[in-house]
Amino acid sequence: MSAASLRAWLLAEAPASRWQARSQRVYLGWLAFRRNPIAMLGLVIIAGLVLIALLAPWITGTDGLQPNLANRLHPPGAAHWFGTDDLGRDIYDRIIWGSRITLYIVGLVAIIVVPIGLVIGIIAGYVGGIVDTVLMRVTDIFLAFPRLILAMAFVAVLGPGLGNAVLAIALTTWSPFARIARAEALTIRHSEFILAAQVQGVGTAGILARHVTPLCLSSVIVRLTLDMAGIILTAAGLGFLGLGAQPPTPEWGAMISLGRQYLIDQWWVPTVPGIAILVVSLGFNLLGDGLRDVFDPKSGS
Amino acid sequence: MSAPIIDIRELDVFFGHGRWMNHAVRSVSLGVEPGQSFGLVGESGSGKTTVLRAVAGLLGGVARLDGELTVAGEAQTGQKRSREFRRRVQMVFQDPYGSLHPRHTVDTILAEPARVHRLDRLEERVVRALNEVGLDASFRFRYPHQLSGGQRQRVSIARALITGPEIVLLDEPTSALDVSVQAEVLNLLMRLRRERGLTYVLVSHNLAVVAHMCEALAVMQHGRIVETLEARQLREQSPAMPYTRQLLTASLGYDRGAIDAFEDFS
Amino acid sequence: MVEDLKVHFDTPTGLVRAVDGVSFELGREKLGIVGESGSGKSQTGRAILRLTAPGGRVSARRLEFDGSDLLRADEKRMRQVRGGSISMIMQDPKYSLNPVMSVGAQIEEAFRVHHAADRRQARERTLDMLRAVRIREPERVYRAYPHEVSGGMGQRIMIAMMMIPEPDIIIADEPTSALDVTVQLQVLAVLDDMLRERGMGLIFISHDLNLVASFCDRILVMYDGRVVEEVAAAALHEARHPYTRGLLDCLPKLEGGQAELPVLVRDPAWRGAS
Repeated sequence: MSAASLRAWLLAEAPASRWQARSQRVYLGWLAFRRNPIAMLGLVIIAGLVLIALLAPWITGTDGLQPNLANRLHPPGAAHWFGTDDLGRDIYDRIIWGSRITLYIVGLVAIIVVPIGLVIGIIAGYVGGIVDTVLMRVTDIFLAFPRLILAMAFVAVLGPGLGNAVLAIALTTWSPFARIARAEALTIRHSEFILAAQVQGVGTAGILARHVTPLCLSSVIVRLTLDMAGIILTAAGLGFLGLGAQPPTPEWGAMISLGRQYLIDQWWVPTVPGIAILVVSLGFNLLGDGLRDVFDPKSGS
Repeated sequence: MSAPIIDIRELDVFFGHGRWMNHAVRSVSLGVEPGQSFGLVGESGSGKTTVLRAVAGLLGGVARLDGELTVAGEAQTGQKRSREFRRRVQMVFQDPYGSLHPRHTVDTILAEPARVHRLDRLEERVVRALNEVGLDASFRFRYPHQLSGGQRQRVSIARALITGPEIVLLDEPTSALDVSVQAEVLNLLMRLRRERGLTYVLVSHNLAVVAHMCEALAVMQHGRIVETLEARQLREQSPAMPYTRQLLTASLGYDRGAIDAFEDFS
Repeated sequence: MVEDLKVHFDTPTGLVRAVDGVSFELGREKLGIVGESGSGKSQTGRAILRLTAPGGRVSARRLEFDGSDLLRADEKRMRQVRGGSISMIMQDPKYSLNPVMSVGAQIEEAFRVHHAADRRQARERTLDMLRAVRIREPERVYRAYPHEVSGGMGQRIMIAMMMIPEPDIIIADEPTSALDVTVQLQVLAVLDDMLRERGMGLIFISHDLNLVASFCDRILVMYDGRVVEEVAAAALHEARHPYTRGLLDCLPKLEGGQAELPVLVRDPAWRGAS
């Protein structure tokens, strides 16, 4: 199928199949997204992150884990683009490998947090009554604690390590999603299309799954992208405190922590991972803003 | 005279409780004959939509009900309805922009009731339902925002008919539509009723629509039934109660003399 | 005096000619503009007061009020005109009244924008106005907030607010569509009295042909941005344009007895150049 005929298929007025209709919606959404240059920047950054993570074996010289004490604390230069750290490891290589860890953290947290938040939120919002009260009080408990403190507490119980850090972060992150899903569900609950579904005889589970969830999903996804920055920073914080990824894993937060003491004279050791975190957080934020404008053009500026 | 297919006795509906309790429907009794088109007329706040929703079983959890309701020979207690009920009694809503799920295609919207009731030959039924309301196959995979108000209302009607119901409850089905579109939809509803022998309960604030579509009607105000009459009386402008007469006069247009004579019936 | 008014919008899907060459004159009379959705009737009303949404281009050969040009007037002059000479009543009082200001405060504000007066005078005039629109307890309503009053009362408050600066013309865009039928007529009666007392002109925009025919003196029927018929209200049933006839015929009649409603068949020729 040529590019021109694909485009015609995507813009046709009367779609001939469910697949075509859905593709059309996605395509129109993409066109709207493309119009926002800042959002595109965010997309480019994140796409870059994914690309770097995928290509890591081919764009790095070493695996970033072997110490080379003869090479300690070299400043950025031709041989080592970002310099070397206190154990002589190439920082560029460590950053690249660390991108995989960043993605791993972010991806795993997302997979855990979105379903839990959604399910709790829509049940609370739709069913209401005592169920709502109980679920929301539980959510409030998790919401009340500062994220890093709670994560620290969980890791202290579970033991340090990347997997436990991810779990701890997930446990501290799900509550706002439940709130958002609940708010959407409350808004939709008395809509006429919900009433229509009830008149059809669709059961509560069916209504929640096919009617309520699709409408809550966009808000949750936007919130997720905006929260990514926070998730990365929490992981970095845990890493910084030595509670997350353990050495010699090149997790960016841990890299900052270990490089702390060299900030004055060998600034590149902690600064470069810091910049990496900054850029990726910014990327997710911009992407989230762009998505929000596509899903709900009336909100925001 | 056969038994009424919808028999309501002394229905009371209460929303909320305590100081803010709203006695929305007060001791309403009425009967709808099988195959009849029955109108429920009133101004806003009269309780007419609440009565319809009470029959449909949509007030669970939000209202307290008293009274007896019998539909198609089965007594209905509370607001839960059996699957069989949901197949035989359907509803068309007022707002063509709100009664279709914004993220579902027409195909999904129509297939859902058929799936819920485990009907066979899904594909065939969906296409046939679309044709019966005057929409061709090109509409099948569109989203609601790609349809006009009249087209959406046709989809709503198709959705209501796909399970082969006997009773269709219509909540102001044309109030949100342009006049010319309203005519088409009303004609469609009349034809479908004739072809399938349906029973209609039509809620409207528009007396002309009710006079045109219905054989009998009840006039409601402040939750009570003011009068039950035949449409013939409406057409001859001979209702018994002064409130009904006043509504009738108001429907005819601006007449200064008549307006000055309006009474406040609250 | 409106001649060849055009309101065009550029949208992602192409040029939308919301109003495409509308001309009419208004004297001290009630002029009704009738049309279905998309006919351009609301846009016409807004264009007169230059309240068209940004992105819309308004053009006309002439757009004058009482001899003065409205098309090229600057924003300062338009602010004087709006409310002072030409006022607009909109459809739903819920959306047009400020929910955080009391009714009295809003009406007073409308007054003092166009007339120099101290607080006490403004308050007196406001109460007078509330009485004039047949609100029975003006003091109580004065202190109330918009959400505390019923729809009919809200619309009467809007009328009071729009009348108090003593404009010469009122443009009413579906002012009673959100109201019950009996209240609708009572509100119109109030409006009618005030128009007559002050010798004002009214442009009544509505989709309800029967209502306009019984209330107004003259009717313009709009379709797809153009005026397809201009007729005296009393002569509506002799209307000649097929669209007007179609609209009249497809209404269900109270007398009933029609097997099927005649359906309006849209003749593409009505659209003119598109």
